[in-house]
Parts: sequence; C-alpha cells; structure tokens
Amino acid sequence: MKIVKNAVAGTLESSDIFIRVEPSEQLEIDIESVVKDQYYKAIYQAVDEVLKEFQVANGKFSINDRGALDCVIRARMETAVKRGGEC
Amino acid sequence: MRRTMLFLPGNTPNMLINGDVLGADSIILDLEDAVSPDEKDAARILVRNALKYQKAETCETIIRINPTESGFWMKDLDEVIPYKPHLIMPTKVDSAQVVQKVSAYIAEVEARHGMEVGKIGILPLIETALGVEQAFQIASADPRVVGLFLGGEDLTADLQCKRTKEGKEIFYSRSRIVCAARACGIEAYDTPFTDVEDSEGLVKDTKLAKSLGFSGKAVISPRHVETVNELFSPTQADIEYAHDVMDAIEEGKRQGKGVISLRGKMIDAPIVKRAQQVLEMELQMLGGVSIE
Repeated sequence: MKIVKNAVAGTLESSDIFIRVEPSEQLEIDIESVVKDQYYKAIYQAVDEVLKEFQVANGKFSINDRGALDCVIRARMETAVKRGGEC
Repeated sequence: MRRTMLFLPGNTPNMLINGDVLGADSIILDLEDAVSPDEKDAARILVRNALKYQKAETCETIIRINPTESGFWMKDLDEVIPYKPHLIMPTKVDSAQVVQKVSAYIAEVEARHGMEVGKIGILPLIETALGVEQAFQIASADPRVVGLFLGGEDLTADLQCKRTKEGKEIFYSRSRIVCAARACGIEAYDTPFTDVEDSEGLVKDTKLAKSLGFSGKAVISPRHVETVNELFSPTQADIEYAHDVMDAIEEGKRQGKGVISLRGKMIDAPIVKRAQQVLEMELQMLGGVSIE
C-alpha cells in the first residue's frame, strides 16, 4: 500500500493515540508519548508490524500517544494507513 | 442472564477497553448511533481489535451494528464475526426479513472463516412502530434470535410523542415486546433510562420493567449498573423459597405424592418453573459469569 494523501486517525483523549500521515518518498516515523520512557519500543513495534502487514514503505507518520493499549495503537495505525493509502 | 447490558461507544478506547470491569452482565459495543458516519471505519477496526486482542472475559459481548438500509452493516459483520462476539444486535428491525437477512450474512461470514455456522446469536433492536407491530414475526424469524430489545428513544420519535420518565407512551410497546418474546420462548430486554443523574427515576423505571416481565434492561452509564443488577436479581427470600419448592418436589416424589403443597399452597407447574428460573439465576450469580 502506498501513502498518497494526508489523513488522520484517533484522538488526543486518554487511552487513545492520534496519528497523522502524509505522503513522503521515505518512511518516517515520529513518536511522542506520555509513556515514552517506558513503552517506546512496544509502541514502535506495534506501529512497525501494522506497516509491514499492509506493506507500507513510504509516508510520514506523526504519532501522539496518550497511553493507548497495543490493540488501540494497531487499530488507529490501520485506520490511518487505509485512509491515506492506495493499493 | 442479562440483567444489565451496558452501551459503550465503539470509537472510544478508554471506555471500550475497561468495559468488562464495570459489573454489567453484557456490554454492547456500539457501531451505530454512538459513532459519526465519518468515523465508522475507525470504530469498526477498533471494535474488531478489542474483540481480537482484549476480549471481555467476565461478561458477554454484544455488537450493535448499523441498520440494514445503511451501507455499513455488512462491513461491520465482516470485521467482527471472525472474532466471535456472543451476539449481534441489528438495529431498526421492523420485519422478520431484516433478521433473516442479517442471519444469512452472518452465516456467510462464518462459513468464509471456517467457523461453525449458527453459534452467534441475534438480539434485534425494535425501535419503530412497525417493528413493535411485527414483534412476534421478528422473535420467531430465525433460530439465532435470543430475545427482543426495545429501543424507546427512536420509537417515541416514530410514534410522534414525547419520551417521558414515566413511560406511559411506551407501555403498549413494552407489553407487546414482552408478550411476543415470551410467546416464542425467548427473552425481552427494556430500553435504557437515560437520565444519568436521576437515581430515583432509574429505580422506578427498572421496577416497572421487571413487573411487566422484562428479563433485564440496557444502561447507558456504568453508574446505573449496580441498581439495575440488584433490581433484576432474585431476593434472598426468592432464592430460599425456590430451594424450598425444589426440596418439596423431591420429598413429594419420594413419598409418591401426586399433589404437593408448601406453606399451605399447592405447588403447580408455573411455581416450579419460576423456582427453576430463580435457581438458574442464583447459579449464574454465584459463578459470576452471565453467559447463558
């Protein structure tokens, strides 16, 4: 899947995550989180697995996590990818 | 046992992921009214992931899907059915055909994913005048149907009357739903009481629903769960009486008696049936798990 347009998913509410995606030649991932010190690796892993699942190799992902669980991170990433992407 | 069915908006993670610790017998993950049209895709994915990775273990999970006249309901089922929710709640059901259409598509998705066909139940939401009038046909439309659920807010809009706390305007609909459900041997569930702050009104409304024959009631706030659970539970006296009835039956059988009485009253079939229902509820309450 190729990221072809701007899109957002999620919210900035507690236990959610807000993801903004924009077209880019490279894959860029920027993660901010209220629990960055403890869970950065886990968040990155969830993000990375969704990108691999949908074969996304480009796009700029700006991620603002508000303490979302793994299943929420994966859901919001999938939504962002589907909204901004094209097969 | 579904004394309480708690509505949780399908696109709100902090409510969705904590739903099973709020004490309700069932949680209803809502993909319909609680989700705006431009967020349907996000809610569907979130609810599917909640089922996949974070499934409630201590209560039943019901998914409220979008109406069959919308372009969303099949996509809703495509996402959630593979993760085996206990029940699907189709909305604005006004004919047997709607239930059959939903059931057939659930079967299609079950078969596509190699699942046993027919395991997932249906709890139709009746919230139109036509739906009320078709209640018996809806209740008997398909073997998946486990009960009927009355939605009072949309119904009163359709009836062109004001929704009041006293509920006189939906008295007929409530009674009709209960009668249709019981005639088909299934359960009936009442509309939520929507004033979160009015605890006295909640008690009155719940007592009324129970007196009409409903098995439980939907709630829109976790604050209503305890009250509704309590009012739909058998009292200690009910439980003790039910045990006495069953003991008396056993004793009568041992003595070869054809007619059995307890506390001066004859025990007939309806009393035994009621005692069995109370003991079944007691068992489920002791087990802490509400699934039938």
